[in-house]
Amino acid sequence: MSAHDDDHHHPAPLSPVEVRVRALEELLTEKGLIQEGFIDAVVSAYEKDIGPMNGARVVARAWVDPAYKARLLADGTAAIAELGFGGPEGEHIVVVENTPAVHNVVVCTLCSCYPWPVLGLPPNWYKSPPYRARIVREPRVLLREMGVDLPENVEIRVWDSSAEIRYMVLPERPAGIDGKSEAELAALVTRDAMIGTARL
Amino acid sequence: MNGVHDLGGTDGFGPVEVEAHEPVFHSAWERVVFGLAAVLRVRRLTNTDAFRHAIERMDPVHYLSSPYYEHWLTALTTILVEKGIVTQMELEARVGGAVPLSHPVHAASGTPPAPSASTPRFARGDTVIVRNLQPFGHTRCPRYVRGKRGVITRVDGRFRLPDVAAHSAEECDQFTYGVRFDARELWGDAADPAAAVSVDLWESYLEAG
Repeated sequence: MSAHDDDHHHPAPLSPVEVRVRALEELLTEKGLIQEGFIDAVVSAYEKDIGPMNGARVVARAWVDPAYKARLLADGTAAIAELGFGGPEGEHIVVVENTPAVHNVVVCTLCSCYPWPVLGLPPNWYKSPPYRARIVREPRVLLREMGVDLPENVEIRVWDSSAEIRYMVLPERPAGIDGKSEAELAALVTRDAMIGTARL
Repeated sequence: MNGVHDLGGTDGFGPVEVEAHEPVFHSAWERVVFGLAAVLRVRRLTNTDAFRHAIERMDPVHYLSSPYYEHWLTALTTILVEKGIVTQMELEARVGGAVPLSHPVHAASGTPPAPSASTPRFARGDTVIVRNLQPFGHTRCPRYVRGKRGVITRVDGRFRLPDVAAHSAEECDQFTYGVRFDARELWGDAADPAAAVSVDLWESYLEAG
């Protein structure tokens, strides 16, 4: 084998954090605490099945079905369960509605609480110090920086997920989309619109 | 605890950096850490409150300079070492160097809170003041609302009080409330007159206002 081929097959050296993770996983496996396949099964659910496409279906249903929307705003957890979504970090979901007069935005200033069954796992920026520090103190300024320019007379409601409730924003239905199917409407709904850092 | 994790209202961090098309996990080690956290939960080696507190006990410099899932890794490692499931020595032998852990739990102070009565103490529309509690242990009462006046907007169910659940197996359930604070109450007269922050708070964090 040539030196060139040899180089190709050298894996990159592990970073310090990778070394720590591997050591911990090995030790717990040797101690019989990790069932084979468990980690992959848990993780792949969040990579494949649980994500903002679930919340988008909830929003689209609320846009086309006023009775469903009323149930969603009255008891988010139950209405979301009607579409088959629930589970960890979604045991108590409150849905807050954006209107022309009110804009809602969600944060967890203490850690990273987020409605997993409808939005999946949170993006890094949601968990980052700048977002957690600033959205409660200067929401209109930060939202403008993030691309949502709200007139001064639009009320901003910030929801800090400090206890057991997880929040999801119901975005306003965009104008000029009559005649679209529910699936087409769901495709218009973004993760950030359901956090409140974007408008559709 | 008045830790670095309690970030609401802290100034000086600069812009929010949004990554376009961010993957669920950025690398294989993040996936494993997410899975290891699930292992500890199903093995009942920790609970949400103790896990959060182990993150909060990280050295502040480490907390602010490490990626999110390194917080999880440090907390998981700390819990396993504190419970004696793995020893720091065997870990460091395998890693070939030091393994950063969170600082130990601070000695308890004050009288532990009691469970709620069977009916909620406050009702929707009530004005409340957040008590000026300063526990050294875990709490979910952010600093930026302590001493502030708000209005109850929702009465939620009874939930285990994190201040107790992070530290012991004792059962202490209390009602939680959605409490709305005007931005000017929190941040002074120059704050946005058309903004409000809602924070969810356990009953013992509140007094009638």
